[in-house]
Amino acid sequence: MAAATLNKAKRRKKSNFGQDNLVGYLFIGPWLAAFLLFTFIPISVSLLLSFTDYNVLANSGEFIGLDNFQRMFFEDRRYWRSVNATLKYVVFSVPLRLVFALGVAMLLNSYRRGVGVYRAAFYAPSIIGGSIAVAVMWREIFGNDGLVNFALNLLGIDGPNWLGRPETAIWTLIILAAWQFGSPMLIFLAGLKNIPKHLYESAEIDGANAWQRFLRITLPMLTPIIFFNLIMQLISGFMVFTQAFIVTQGKPLDTTLFYALYVYRRAFEQNEMGYASAMAWVMLMVIALLTALVFRSSSYWVHYEAGDGS
Amino acid sequence: MAQRGANPSARPPLPWHQRKPLRALVYHGFVGLFALLMLYPILWLVGSSFKPPDEIWTNQTAILPQEFYPQNYPNGWAGFGGISFTTFYRNSLFYATVGTLLSVSASAVVAYGFARLRFRGRRFWFAIMLVTLMLPTQVQIIPQYIVFKQLGWLNTFYPLLLPRIGGSAFFIFMIIQFIRSIPRDLDEAAMIDGASKIGIFRLVILPQLTPAIITAAIFSFYWTWDEFLVPLIYLNSPELYLVSLALRTFSDPSGQTDWGAIFAMSALSLLPVFVIFIAFQRYLVEGISTTGLKG
Repeated sequence: MAAATLNKAKRRKKSNFGQDNLVGYLFIGPWLAAFLLFTFIPISVSLLLSFTDYNVLANSGEFIGLDNFQRMFFEDRRYWRSVNATLKYVVFSVPLRLVFALGVAMLLNSYRRGVGVYRAAFYAPSIIGGSIAVAVMWREIFGNDGLVNFALNLLGIDGPNWLGRPETAIWTLIILAAWQFGSPMLIFLAGLKNIPKHLYESAEIDGANAWQRFLRITLPMLTPIIFFNLIMQLISGFMVFTQAFIVTQGKPLDTTLFYALYVYRRAFEQNEMGYASAMAWVMLMVIALLTALVFRSSSYWVHYEAGDGS
Repeated sequence: MAQRGANPSARPPLPWHQRKPLRALVYHGFVGLFALLMLYPILWLVGSSFKPPDEIWTNQTAILPQEFYPQNYPNGWAGFGGISFTTFYRNSLFYATVGTLLSVSASAVVAYGFARLRFRGRRFWFAIMLVTLMLPTQVQIIPQYIVFKQLGWLNTFYPLLLPRIGGSAFFIFMIIQFIRSIPRDLDEAAMIDGASKIGIFRLVILPQLTPAIITAAIFSFYWTWDEFLVPLIYLNSPELYLVSLALRTFSDPSGQTDWGAIFAMSALSLLPVFVIFIAFQRYLVEGISTTGLKG
């Protein structure tokens, strides 16, 4: 009897399954079509292009095997400078942004009054972060006669040419990135609200001070969110383009020639689309590898509440 | 009891940072100052856009201009090469509106398919969609450019709008999360009444999606308004420039020296973003907090 019902239920489920097939593909059809046409096929073509010396002006290219990769890794010194600049940017801007985001989120979480206003104020720079207007403004702020040097001058300090010196130029972009910590801050804020209050209360009774409470409760409870923010910020850090394009144009001495900017230059200014495709594919592989590494490492440092008891 | 409460000496006095009014003062002083520091560059940009040309360099650090000089705005609005910002704003509004409509409506349809329909390969395609979230644009854009160029579509909006017919993975994911929170009882009730899957989407799901759609639309509008790389590649003639491209050309240090006008046009380009931000802040905060969308 029971088996019969089960069978019946199974059959019904199966027939339901079949019923949705057509409608299901009808609904995801737009995405599927766009994915194939504008993502899957282009990415495959990009892989093919990376083994050619395709030039878009001549609209011709020949298969040259691994020459593009050989040139990239062993001959093109600008390539390594762009790798260097990108890594430096990611290594400094991502942790800075996350630390600011978490710090401010904790500040806002500890007090109730006026949080809405502060939250909006801290988020405002992020909402306009990608705009050209902000990049133009930043270029002026750190310009030779710009705001920063004007202020330093009032204090009697002769400010350097921030954008013109190889040691300082990249820092103007890192500061710009750190200034825009709004989205991870909001995500942290939501995460902090989800930490049960009783954990803090019992820790306080046990005599834990604020620093211990942060290390033993806040930080472990937030690890899934730190993990998420880290992945998102890493990916967007590697793809940074607009800011360098406007503020420093990759100068001076290629110290801000970020990877995405270099790919753009090769592809659309020098028309070397084969070579640029090879570079783009290396970027794809590196991002994939790094994401996989962070995912792998997560089992060591990310705590999920449900698994805590084991 | 009451006497003890009235007698302050019964309890040791609290350290200063735990006394309520003092604590609030320190807190608001510190956080408020930090917030002001964060906002300073934006306020400074807006303030500078009202400074006369000579004051921009002599009174740099101040936010408020000594002499109010709104002339920067008409000066800037005149644009360059005989094309005014009227054209650029028209282009940007067209692109941001049509692009947003396309992205968001397609995303809602696709999200329903993933969230509620059981079809073969659903898990597979869903995983693929999540993976596309982390693809660098650079691997897609070069072949796309080659094809669109062959089709003769440079200097048209097709290459910018067409890829949006499938929605955006970010919004699809966000709306899926939202649909999952809608109880299935409603779907089932509608099904018993004889509604088809398409009917359920139109009559049951869609009306409830409003908050998610508003959130997606705001973000889509922002990102489209600020978009730079893709328009830079496809739109080369100034009559088609978006505000972002126009600002870049307009502010080119080798060509333009009227910084007041540059500041004015920069500040103005942020205005739509801030108006929407202030009007819809709740949706934005919820959208980011619940789905981790980047701003």
